This record gives sequence, C-alpha cells and structure tokens, in this order.
Amino acid sequence: MTVTGSYYLTFAAVLFSIGAVGLLLRRNVLVMFMCVELMLNAVNVTFVTFSKMLDDISGQTIVFFVLVVAAAEVAVGLAIIVAIFRRRHGSATADDIDLLKG
Amino acid sequence: MILLAVTKMATPAIDWLAIAPVIALAVAAIAIVLLRALVRRAIWVYDASLLVAFIGVAVAAVFLAEQWSKIRDVGNYQALGAMVAVDGFAVFLGVIVLVATALVLLLSSEYLPRHGFESKPEYVALLLFSASGMLMMTAANDLIVVFLALETLSIPLYVLAAYDRRRRRSLEAGMKYFVLGAFSSAVFLYGIALTYGATGTTSLTGIADFLSKNTLLDQGTLLAGMMLLLVGLGFKVAAVPFHWWTPDVYEGAPAPITAFMGSATKAAGFAALLRIFFTAFDVYRVDWRPAIWALAILTLVVGSIAALLQNDVKRMLAYSSINHAGYVLIGVEAANRQGLKAALFYLMVYAFMTIGSFAVVMVIAHNEDAHSIDDYRGLATRRPVIAAVFAFFLLAQAGVPPTGGFIAKLGVFGAAADAHSYVLLVVGVLASVIAAYYYLRVILTMYGEEATVAQAEGTVAAVASRRRLDLATGVVLAITALVVLFVGILPTVLLDFARDATLLF
Repeated sequence: MTVTGSYYLTFAAVLFSIGAVGLLLRRNVLVMFMCVELMLNAVNVTFVTFSKMLDDISGQTIVFFVLVVAAAEVAVGLAIIVAIFRRRHGSATADDIDLLKG
Repeated sequence: MILLAVTKMATPAIDWLAIAPVIALAVAAIAIVLLRALVRRAIWVYDASLLVAFIGVAVAAVFLAEQWSKIRDVGNYQALGAMVAVDGFAVFLGVIVLVATALVLLLSSEYLPRHGFESKPEYVALLLFSASGMLMMTAANDLIVVFLALETLSIPLYVLAAYDRRRRRSLEAGMKYFVLGAFSSAVFLYGIALTYGATGTTSLTGIADFLSKNTLLDQGTLLAGMMLLLVGLGFKVAAVPFHWWTPDVYEGAPAPITAFMGSATKAAGFAALLRIFFTAFDVYRVDWRPAIWALAILTLVVGSIAALLQNDVKRMLAYSSINHAGYVLIGVEAANRQGLKAALFYLMVYAFMTIGSFAVVMVIAHNEDAHSIDDYRGLATRRPVIAAVFAFFLLAQAGVPPTGGFIAKLGVFGAAADAHSYVLLVVGVLASVIAAYYYLRVILTMYGEEATVAQAEGTVAAVASRRRLDLATGVVLAITALVVLFVGILPTVLLDFARDATLLF
C-alpha cells in the first residue's frame, strides 16, 4: 500500500474538523486555544501536501507565515485570558464569560 | 573541494509608492511605541502620540492621493511581484479606512482621559497598527497578503476590544472577539489552502488566469475552498449566520473601538470579499452568487428583526450594522460594475453614519455599561442639538431623503434590479421598512416622551445633560453629519469617485 497525498489531505481535514468542533463545544478556554492551534496546523499539513503534489515550493513558504501569525495570535489571546483570570480569581472557563448574551 | 555557485536570488522590484500608505501608518505606530518607552512618565506623551498618529494618517493620505494621480496617468498596475494591486478600488477603500481612523482618533482623544484609561499611547499605536492592516487588505492581490492583512488588522483589535481592563464586559468582548476571530481566520486559511491545491497559486490574478484557461476535472476542492473563504470573511463583515459575536463585542468594547470596528473593519472585510470574488473567482460567479444571495437575505431579515427587540441602543446599532452589511451584500450579489459601485458608495456613507451615531452614544452615556433606550427619553428638551443630530443619523441609516443613506440604498436597489435579483430587491425594501420602525422608535422616545422628574434628576441622561460637549466630539459630529447631508444633496461627487474606483474590473 502506498501512502498518497490524499491520505494526508484526509488526515488534515479530520484534524481541522476536530479542532473546529472542539472550539465550538468545549468550555475550557485553554482547550479552546489548543483547538485553534489544531485547526491552524491542519491547514499547514494541507499546504505542505499540496506543495508536494503540485511540486511547487510556495505552499511550504506559506507555512512559515502561518506559524508566525499563530504565535502572535496566541500571545495576545493568552494575555486576554490572564487579564480575565486576574479579575476573576477562578478557573478560566468560558462559562464565566456570561455577562454578554448574543 | 566543492565550489558553491552563489547565484543571486531573483527578487521582485519594489515599488515603494504601492506600499507607502501602509508603511506611513506602521512607522507612526512604531514611533509611538518608542516614544512611550523612552518618555514613559511625561504627561504630554498621550498628546504627542495623538499628534504623531494624525501626522501618520495625513502622510498616508498624501501617498494615497499620489497613487490616485498615478493611476489616472498610467492606469491600474500591480507591484511587488503582483502581491499588491494599485488601483482605484484600493484608493477608494483606503480613503474610508483613513477617514474612519482619523475620526476615531478624534473621538478617542477626549474619551480616554475622561474614562481614566491607563497606558494610553499603546491604544493609539494599536489603532494605527490595525489601520495599517486594513490599508494592506484593500490593496492585497494575493491570498497570503490578504491573510496577513486580516491578522494585522484583527490582532490589535482583540486587544483594543478588551482594552478597558477594569470592566468585565470589555474583557469578555475581547475574549469573544478573539475566539471567533481566530476561528474565522483558521477557516479562511483552510479556504486558501484548498484554493491553492486546486489552482496551484495564491495570486488572485493568477487564480483568475488559471481558471479562465483550464477546466477543472474535479471542482470539489475549489468550490469547498471558495465557500470556506466566504465563511471566513462572513465572520469579519458580520453576515448572518456568522454574526452572533457582533452584538456582544459591539456592546462590550469601548465606544470609539466599536465605531472603528463598525466602519473601518467592515470596509476592509468587504474589500477582501469584493476583490477575491470579483477578480479571482469571476469565472465561477454562477457558483458563488447563490451563496451570497442566501447570506444577503439572511443578513437583511435577521439584522432588521433582531434590532427591533433590543432595548440597549449600542446593541440596536450593532444589529443595524449587521442589517447594513446585508445591503452591501445586495451590491456584491449583483456581480456587475453597477453593484460594485453601489457597494463601495454604501460602505463610504455607512462609515460616516456609524461613526456619527456612536459619537452621539458616547456623549449620552455617562458610563460604559448604560446605554438603555430609557436614557434617551425626552432628550430633545434637554439637549436639542444632540437629539437633532442623532435623529438625523438615524433617519440617514433608515434611508430617508435627502440624506446619504437614501442615495446609498437607492444605489444597491438599482444594482439588484439591473442584475434581475428581484427577490433580493423586495426583501431589501421590506427590511428597510422594518428598520425604519426601530430607528423611528428611538426618535420618538427622544422627542415624544417627557422625562419624569425623577429621571431628570437621577438618571444617566440628566448627568449627561450637565456635561459639556467636548470639542473633538463636536468636530466629529459636525464632520460626519455634514458629509452625510452633503452626499445626500450632491451625490455626484462621491458617485463619480466610486465609479472611477470600479474601473479595475
């Protein structure tokens, strides 16, 4: 059995879906964070796979941009969580964030 | 011994003018951060940072004017290896972003000291970083540049939404905006990946080129990519069903930031949406038009009906901004030059109306968590000028002549009629009838009902009525009101600008 590109693509799609569902369903803010990372890394796998399949290097360079952006995003996100945590003196779950109801 | 042949890497020529507006804002922001680090204790550091910010915006505006005159001479062109497009479309939306930034800076100049915010220069710097991302977004001609611009504009906004750290609502708004923003960015990025996989390029013109010359055997990947891109941008422009974060974030964030998100962020989001779908996926318009059609109908219906149920003016304005996104989507759905022109015109007028409305809300509310419609009871007798200005903005948003809002709505309806989207046209007209009701409700509250004695003495509005209108807010109100009125009476100037801006397609 040879592992073709479509295996990687399917794997990435599953990973992305796990991340998306986790982000929407889990209540713990840190787990929600990890789900965002899961989604971004699933996209990275997709980029690299397509890059290999198309024999085109630009897909792999994009991954570096994504990594940088993800790092910046996490820094800001964690800062906001810390700010909430300091005010609440409790666990950081999304259930504490209940003043505003869409 | 192995000799390594050192070959010079081929790098694209850099046309500095193409990215000069973005650089001007970013440099101003960095200068403010440095200023803050060097003279952290000086009292004048906030005023100095505001001055630097205004200079940055002015310089960016000069570069935009320079680009405009160059486009007039040599036509639209692409720079930096086709990563950046210099065209009327970018200049027009760039003007919206810069005007909104300048007005929000004016609003913030008084608002921050009054509410006792700490570490203010960072606020100004973050605002400029966000604005530079928006300018990048308007000119981006490559999906990766669009993504980077999207993040550059979003990440400072997460911080700004949560800027008032003493208020739980503000922190919550920041958190919610962050989670939803990160989610939509990831979805958008997955859309880029699938589009790249289907076409082998991320350049918008490259994708258009590829799609016009090749017929894809398997369209699934491309269509999925297109829809994911639409979902990602749908979050940014707050189109239903991707809107549920909007009321919470708009309510929780500091009022100037809400005005900024309502006007400039929406313009930048639509810039990406219009450019991606009109240039890259032009061949596939048969496939994306129904999706936009559904989004527009949902946005119009939900936006107008949900606004009816709100008792908080800030939330009502949030839903009305969702409703407005629906009208811009009508222009997008038309998918012709008429529609594009109408969408651009709408975004410009809408930016002024929103900033003006939020400026009034800032004047009325004495504290950040109180924006009940009851505070507006009998406002006309206590503060006749403010009440009149607010009534004017609400009528403009409802689309009553002779305001700019009327011309804007007329434009999108005309585009829908041209494109034979009659269902959308009817839904749009009905939604504006519903919208007129809730705008009028606020106006009637201000003019029709007298405040009770207890209210006049004890309530928020009474406190507000004793406070003087500060100069900066007054200037913002005057500018926005005059522009909305001027555009309503003499729309040709702006309409011609919008028409020239659409000549790229």
